[in-house]
Amino acid sequence: MSEFSFDSLNAMYMDVFREIGNVGAGNATTAVATMLNLKVDMHVPRVELLNIADFGNAICPEEEVIVGILLELEGDVTGSMMFLMKLDSAHYLVNALMGGYGGSGDGESFNEMETSALKEIGNIIAGSYLSAIAQMTNLKIVASVPFLCVDMAASILSVPAIQFGQFGDNALLIQTEFGDDQMIDGYFILLPEEDSYEVILKSLGIPLDM
Amino acid sequence: MAESIKVGMADLKVATKPDDVLITLGLGSCIGIALYDPTIKLGGLAHIMLPDSTRIKNNSNIAKFADTGIAELYRLMIKGGASKMRMIAKIAGGARMFEMSGNNAMGAVGDNNAAASKEALKKLGIRLVAEDTGLNYGRTVELHCDTGEYWIRSVGKPLKKI
Repeated sequence: MSEFSFDSLNAMYMDVFREIGNVGAGNATTAVATMLNLKVDMHVPRVELLNIADFGNAICPEEEVIVGILLELEGDVTGSMMFLMKLDSAHYLVNALMGGYGGSGDGESFNEMETSALKEIGNIIAGSYLSAIAQMTNLKIVASVPFLCVDMAASILSVPAIQFGQFGDNALLIQTEFGDDQMIDGYFILLPEEDSYEVILKSLGIPLDM
Repeated sequence: MAESIKVGMADLKVATKPDDVLITLGLGSCIGIALYDPTIKLGGLAHIMLPDSTRIKNNSNIAKFADTGIAELYRLMIKGGASKMRMIAKIAGGARMFEMSGNNAMGAVGDNNAAASKEALKKLGIRLVAEDTGLNYGRTVELHCDTGEYWIRSVGKPLKKI
């Protein structure tokens, strides 16, 4: 096992992952806005290093139902990535994608058509996020089909929290905000497997033993 | 007066009064382990995230792991006056939140957490009397110290008491 730990993540590593988050989230946001023909008004993504104990309510109260989309990563970087959004944002995007024929409104469930629209949104967001990282690092990253989960925020966030928990007590969360009339809040979590942190940092020419 | 005591992620607490309610919100793949002594109505709740502290280098937070977290909760229960003979355990959580491919280690973490929790209870000689683990949805759990009931709430499902 390598010595990687978020707890000892120094300022420079933090900057690197902040930049990766910025570029990835920016790219993904533009892709969604273009697809849905929304005016792209985007805020600078926020990258936060959070203690795992506070992860459950990092986005909203623990029991609020949110949408999580997870993709497994393969290639030079292995692991997974997650895109999260609140229910109102998810319904807004689904309705926009389906041209207003979404149907079932604003509840805590999505019908089959809406589910598949959500997965497609996840695909586009993740794909453009990953291609930004791939370009930056010159690494090959392939994403799996998207997996969807609509449930309590803390339950969904337990999945990345557990992954980060293997390295330390902190986790990285990237928040992006975009839209026209209605601003959409999206959250990215990149979950490389342990060895992949090294691969990413090395590809950017950053030594690991500073 | 009865109090609601919140137990966070990678956290554990023992109640201070016999009518307290210990709560942990939105368990996903984590496990909520409730220990209870019905005679003195003392309850404790641990929210563990990972199965085994010995396989992780950075293991200073003992509440994070099934092996060390349950051992510590047991120690606090005994310290609070509970008897080993009377003590019972109920567990919930360990869901597979995303239907990932079967060989993904991340997908199996819920099952591993449940297995490790049972193993840790067995090692300490604590009886496991009820469980609600696995499947694919999140759970909010409440341990009611006056009755020893363990309440499980999930989205779109009726309240379950075990």
